[in-house]
Amino acid sequence: MTEVPEAAAVGPPPAAAAERPTVLAVDGLNTRFDTPEGEVCAVNDVSFRVREGETVGIVGESGSGKSQVFMSVMGLLAANGRATGSVKFRDQEILGMPPQKLNRIRGAHMSMIFQDPMTSLNPYLTVSRQMTEVLVQHKGMGESDAEKRSVEMLDLVRIPEAKRRIRMYPHEFSGGMRQRVMIAIALLCQPDMLIADEPTTALDVTVQAQILELMHDLKTELNTAIVLITHDLGVIAGLSDRVLVMYAGNIVERGAVREIFYGPQHPYTEGLLKSMPRLTGTEQTELPSIPGQPPNLQHLPSGCNFRPRCAYAFDRCRVEEPAQRDIGPGRAKACHLDAL
Amino acid sequence: MTDTALASSALDPTTTGQTAPHGAPRLSVKDLRVHFAMPKRHLFATHRDYIKAVDGISFDLHPGETLGIVGESGCGKSTLGRAILRLIPATEGKIVWLGEDLLALGKSDMRRRRQDMQIIFQDPLASLNPRMTIGDIIAEPLKTFNPGMPASEVKAKVREWMAQVGLVPDMINRYPHEFSGGQCQRIGIARAMVLNPKLVICDEPVSALDVSIQSQIINLLMKLQREFDLSLVFISHDLSVVRHISHRIMVLYLGKLVEVAERDPLYDNPRHPYTQALISAVPLPDPDAERAKQRIVLTGDLPSPVSPPSGCYFRTRCPKATDRCAMEEPPLHQVGPGHRAACHYWDTPMPAPAAE
Repeated sequence: MTEVPEAAAVGPPPAAAAERPTVLAVDGLNTRFDTPEGEVCAVNDVSFRVREGETVGIVGESGSGKSQVFMSVMGLLAANGRATGSVKFRDQEILGMPPQKLNRIRGAHMSMIFQDPMTSLNPYLTVSRQMTEVLVQHKGMGESDAEKRSVEMLDLVRIPEAKRRIRMYPHEFSGGMRQRVMIAIALLCQPDMLIADEPTTALDVTVQAQILELMHDLKTELNTAIVLITHDLGVIAGLSDRVLVMYAGNIVERGAVREIFYGPQHPYTEGLLKSMPRLTGTEQTELPSIPGQPPNLQHLPSGCNFRPRCAYAFDRCRVEEPAQRDIGPGRAKACHLDAL
Repeated sequence: MTDTALASSALDPTTTGQTAPHGAPRLSVKDLRVHFAMPKRHLFATHRDYIKAVDGISFDLHPGETLGIVGESGCGKSTLGRAILRLIPATEGKIVWLGEDLLALGKSDMRRRRQDMQIIFQDPLASLNPRMTIGDIIAEPLKTFNPGMPASEVKAKVREWMAQVGLVPDMINRYPHEFSGGQCQRIGIARAMVLNPKLVICDEPVSALDVSIQSQIINLLMKLQREFDLSLVFISHDLSVVRHISHRIMVLYLGKLVEVAERDPLYDNPRHPYTQALISAVPLPDPDAERAKQRIVLTGDLPSPVSPPSGCYFRTRCPKATDRCAMEEPPLHQVGPGHRAACHYWDTPMPAPAAE
């Protein structure tokens, strides 16, 4: 399992990627929520970089903290949430920045799209209004220029008859088309970074394929850094250059996409990959599965968070929380085991 | 009924779960139609539109067999599942259960038959009453169908089923909100199984669950099927999950059956362009394979089910469509043993994608 098979390189080689300028630098991010039952730690000492033009996939299950990391980055935490640590966008500290100042960055230089395109669009406003607003606000464009640019953007995300459809309301679009509109809005100001939180989860398979194809083309055309947050390992496999795997608020493994899929080094990553039913392959009656449930963040187990579900767990895992350690260039894991 | 004898002869105990059992069908659905009337466009309108959610679907289901039903939202897969149990009234057709047409039964007769057929739902928490303990939830079908059963026996049965589905029986007095999604789905399965049904309709039972929990529930359903010779109808939009659990698979599009086959022929050699597109659209958790594969990307969206296209419903998105497809609805062609596909051009190769 440890050897990465030789094949056509997927994504940029790690060395080239490392030289690219950093867009986003997250260091020691902690996100906590006050709840009636006490404090919940949703993100625990998370650090990573996103570089120009690369696509970083964040995988994890519900409650892993994958969305909360980027809600913290975007300053969109719920009222009972607090984020500490450091988040630098283009070398500028943005964590704790007042909203007015932050608004000059989000929407213009970094933008986010969400799972459900219907709830992220305002049903009372035409698409045109929702698009031009962004350009007028951030770029100081006039209405007619803004509309011209918006139509171009809708063309870019392949909405047919963009000129006519820009006058329509969100409910007049299908789910896939709405997600295209959201992507168009997010890309209007040519941001350095696009955060896509489960962008295709609410869509049907054939429509998902269209959106993935679109994101793939945009990635090559626009050189925008993309952060792809999803639970779907297939989506990650197709688009990401690098992958971060999260479990119970921690990054448990990171590496280039082929390393993660062909040589997982954390038992959780390995378990996830094995438990996915496949479209091809040999007969099997029983799917390998990870026993137990994801932990309750209020009652985390002692030592390693994954320990109660881990087939490899030994005494040390009970007493000592594994720190993240480097296991190769751009490769790290939080596990006491040296190799799987 | 005489079904048990039949079942044991039909199902070889060494069957691993993936080869379809043969013998007389337990359930036989014939030309089932479920049409919903749309509201009149205005007060004096004489014409009403209908949504044909299920439009002329026929299939058999054998003891110990899993029939997968796949399709995208709006294809009628859930309506079909519910219509089989008469939870939604069928407009036309026959649902023959152990030789008897369910649609001809009166209310109380139907109610009695329901012991044999159960359903589990997608959202496990929403399908459990939050004010009942899980003991009461699992016991409810028992008490409904066997009002005379002594409380101690009910309790013993509930505990036995909790253990069967992988719940700790001591949790019997807890409430649904104390359980995670995967555990709630186990409760739903215990409730469905407690009457020893012969048929369970699973309507997207793992779609709301995390990947690591999904496989636990799939394994549980397959184990129960082996032990109790269950027939399963497994409705899902996830083609990988359906492949893993099903013996045979039906693909629906806008209420119509477009292709049906046993598992391997359907996935290895799909004949309908929609099935081909669906399978090629599934993102593979394998970077090299996912990036190398030729994906058939369909253009456009699902047409409105109120005014579907003429001829073949799929022609508006089909790379193979010709004039003939607009005029003539394709019949279900026999394309292989037990393999049927509703396409005029099932025999011709998919045209190469247009150059960009």
